[in-house]
Amino acid sequence: MTTYLIQGAAIGAGAPTDLLLRDGVIAETGTGLSAAGAERIDAGGLVALPGFVDLHTHLRQPGREDAETVETGSMAAALGGYTAVCAMANTDPVADTAGVVEQVWRLGQEAGLVDVQPVGAITVGLAGERLAELGAMAESAARVRMFSDDGHCLADPALMRRALEYVKAFGGIIAQHAEEPRLTQGAQMNEGVQSARLGLTGWPAVAEEAIIARDALLAGHVGSRLHVCHVSTAGSVEIIRWAKSKGWQVTAEVTPHHLLLTDELAGGYDPVFKVNPPLRTAEDVGALREGLADGTIDVVATDHAPHTREDKECEWGCARPGMLGLETALGVVAEAMISTGLLDWDGVADRMSTAPARIAGLSGHGRRLETGAPANLVLVDPAAPWTVRADELASISRNTPYAGLRLPARPVATFLRGHATVLDGKGQW
Amino acid sequence: MTPAYRTPADPAEPALGSPPRTILDEADLARIVDRIAHQILEKTEGAADTVLLGIPTRGSHLARRLGERIAAFAGSPIPVGALDVTLYRDDLRLRGARALEHTDLPPGGIDGQHVVLVDDVLFSGRTVRAALDALSDLGRPRAVQLAVLVDRGHRELPIRADYVGKNLPTSLAENVEVLLREVDGRDAVQLADRRDSR
Amino acid sequence: MIRHLLSAADLGRDDALLVLDTAIEMAATASRSVKKLPTLRGRTVVNLFYEDSTRTRISFEAAAKRLSADVINFSAKGSSVSKGESLKDTALTLQAMGADAVVIRHPESGAPYRLAQWLDGVVINAGDGTHEHPTQALLDAYTMRSRLGRIDGLRVTIVGDVLHSRVARSNVLLLDTLGAEVTLVAPPTLLPVGVEAWPATVSYDLDAVLPKSDVVMMLRVQRERMNDSYFPTQREYSRRYGLDVRRLGALPEHAIVMHPGPMNRGMEIAPQVADSPRSTIVEQVSNGVSVRMAVMYLLLGGSGSKENS
Repeated sequence: MTTYLIQGAAIGAGAPTDLLLRDGVIAETGTGLSAAGAERIDAGGLVALPGFVDLHTHLRQPGREDAETVETGSMAAALGGYTAVCAMANTDPVADTAGVVEQVWRLGQEAGLVDVQPVGAITVGLAGERLAELGAMAESAARVRMFSDDGHCLADPALMRRALEYVKAFGGIIAQHAEEPRLTQGAQMNEGVQSARLGLTGWPAVAEEAIIARDALLAGHVGSRLHVCHVSTAGSVEIIRWAKSKGWQVTAEVTPHHLLLTDELAGGYDPVFKVNPPLRTAEDVGALREGLADGTIDVVATDHAPHTREDKECEWGCARPGMLGLETALGVVAEAMISTGLLDWDGVADRMSTAPARIAGLSGHGRRLETGAPANLVLVDPAAPWTVRADELASISRNTPYAGLRLPARPVATFLRGHATVLDGKGQW
Repeated sequence: MTPAYRTPADPAEPALGSPPRTILDEADLARIVDRIAHQILEKTEGAADTVLLGIPTRGSHLARRLGERIAAFAGSPIPVGALDVTLYRDDLRLRGARALEHTDLPPGGIDGQHVVLVDDVLFSGRTVRAALDALSDLGRPRAVQLAVLVDRGHRELPIRADYVGKNLPTSLAENVEVLLREVDGRDAVQLADRRDSR
Repeated sequence: MIRHLLSAADLGRDDALLVLDTAIEMAATASRSVKKLPTLRGRTVVNLFYEDSTRTRISFEAAAKRLSADVINFSAKGSSVSKGESLKDTALTLQAMGADAVVIRHPESGAPYRLAQWLDGVVINAGDGTHEHPTQALLDAYTMRSRLGRIDGLRVTIVGDVLHSRVARSNVLLLDTLGAEVTLVAPPTLLPVGVEAWPATVSYDLDAVLPKSDVVMMLRVQRERMNDSYFPTQREYSRRYGLDVRRLGALPEHAIVMHPGPMNRGMEIAPQVADSPRSTIVEQVSNGVSVRMAVMYLLLGGSGSKENS
């Protein structure tokens, strides 16, 4: 196994330091380190951060291998600076049994580029009617702790309460896709000035906020852990801030696209901008950035959602919602949070690695870069503007909303337990 | 196409070429209209069953003037109308769709009438070709004649005018500009460098 | 002139007036012994209809044929569309067939925008989902102008299901461009959130607005809205928002009544009102052909020229 000597990387917002990666761990830190036989990486000007952890990834396998596989999604993740991703359960078959989550987990192990941590479905077939065997998934080789019907809202309040209670037995957490189904029937985009103009059925903010409020109250009531997926509105940020002020165990994530893009992009009816929850207004984007900066929102999660050309090269109303996110997440976060001064690199390390690792229960990830910690880390060039090209992405799918956009920073090297998965911005596979 | 006589212009100055040369002035125009009015009266046996149809924009005004002069000479009015040929042109694709002018047939129509088409300049003949097509969709005249203020040559179709105000040999690098009081504030015919050749 | 007609907002004031002026000349040709014009000879116009709308399709077809274009009717029924061919593949097929213009009616908002990206030819929106129907707005404006002599300063009241109405969207945009004052009257459930950004006034009270209206445009209430709690019953809707004989009497003497059709007689409009001399409903149909001829001439007549490319 190669030993790497990283020279002169800033640790987060801190001073330049050398890091020696040997036998899967950070063997030494300090200045002026040397090691015989080590491959030296000149990291002057680069920032070293704990490897990113994505709480919200759609890898599409099993079922839609034409859109993404565990392997291609792992490549995209590694290039994006990730060392762990949580694979959502809305596959085909649905990841609602120990068998399916173990399959996904093994595919991740075989790819070996990031730790693929399966998320289990809360209800059988994501149908929202009866609980899946949550305990069996928790005890499986995949050791599932996070459960979500993502793509669907668990709307039944009684079932939601049972799920929240039940997972307490094994330290689980329920991740809710907050979308009141009756208020979003046929919904195509954010409800507001743009939807009125474009004649597209509106997805009102209240449909998200009402469910978040209800779930926060339920989580408080039963003393369980709730995680709110892809928060998209200013009102949701307020409700989560309030729930946290009560001391309830509520965490939340925001996607990179909701930190940067607005519903005006729907104007040309190009479904590459169709996503669920939808792109909102500039006011919402501002509130989400503030919420992420002050910690109301704990995590940036990509909601990486690959879709085939057929599912996007069509009418807006016929297109599947979702956007690629893994390879562009860091650049977008740098644009939205670093360039604006809302977060520093320590803040990014927390929101993209430490906090999500804690929420997902991934103890080997999100650790401080100090001697003895697992060598899961990413080197970021904070001043390497690049232009996103859909055809250059590692995903099988091409549905990035950022094509042609210039982003200010990018990951240049990623290490998973001391193995370089990415060097010089290129995948090592 | 650059006219041979043009001198290289100072790049700071707009390339205007030579100033337009006046070929016919107001008095010439009035004389020509009178002459054509007489000729029409002569050829149509006193303008019996005759209709003047001007091709917009300037042809319409010329037709109205001719109508007034014919009425003055003959002592009785002659029907005057306008015929827009835009929808019949064969160069729409080349030159782009443009605003339509009003087509206005005299109340008696054109069936069985001597129709005299009136236009300002006869050039390729394509406008007249379009006018003949338009006429045949509007009715069945007994005969069709053509009156033009200027014939500048360069015909691309077998068409000739029955009444010509002035035969004016031109080069393709030149533009014949007909100015009429009703549209341009004064009457004149002048020869200029072709604008689009600059 | 613009390249495609996708939204009434594509038309600036000069372009919109050019269409209306051109339509007057087109209308004049309808009274001639030979109605056909050679203008678009050799051009191919495809009517691509994903929704049944015989009246709109016939109107476009008549307009294209009057201008001597070759017309191909491509309806979703009985074509490969019903077998699941994508809009993009259909677009590529039409492209390969050499379509110079495609008139598209589609149940999804924005479908004409997608089509325009995949085709070199002219795209004319003949109604897309709940978005727009720009030629309807043009023919409505034409009708107002021919009946009332102007559009600038007219007070136009649009009544009914604004939320789902492509006719309302296009009319609001075009009428604003042409200087009319638009008032939207509807139950609050049938107005979109975000309507406050439209260049129009909103009212819930039809009786208060009618005496100050030069034009009342009644929108069709779709059957499927009647069972989805947008309003309690047809009877209540008709009582609060229908145009009956009593309300007709509240209009100024010169005011006209419009309806894009097809009407629900007795629901949004009483039969006596629909058939009254103030109703322009039949004229709207014949004006539709003239306006669509004007649109096709202006968009297609010069296509291929340097000026337009």
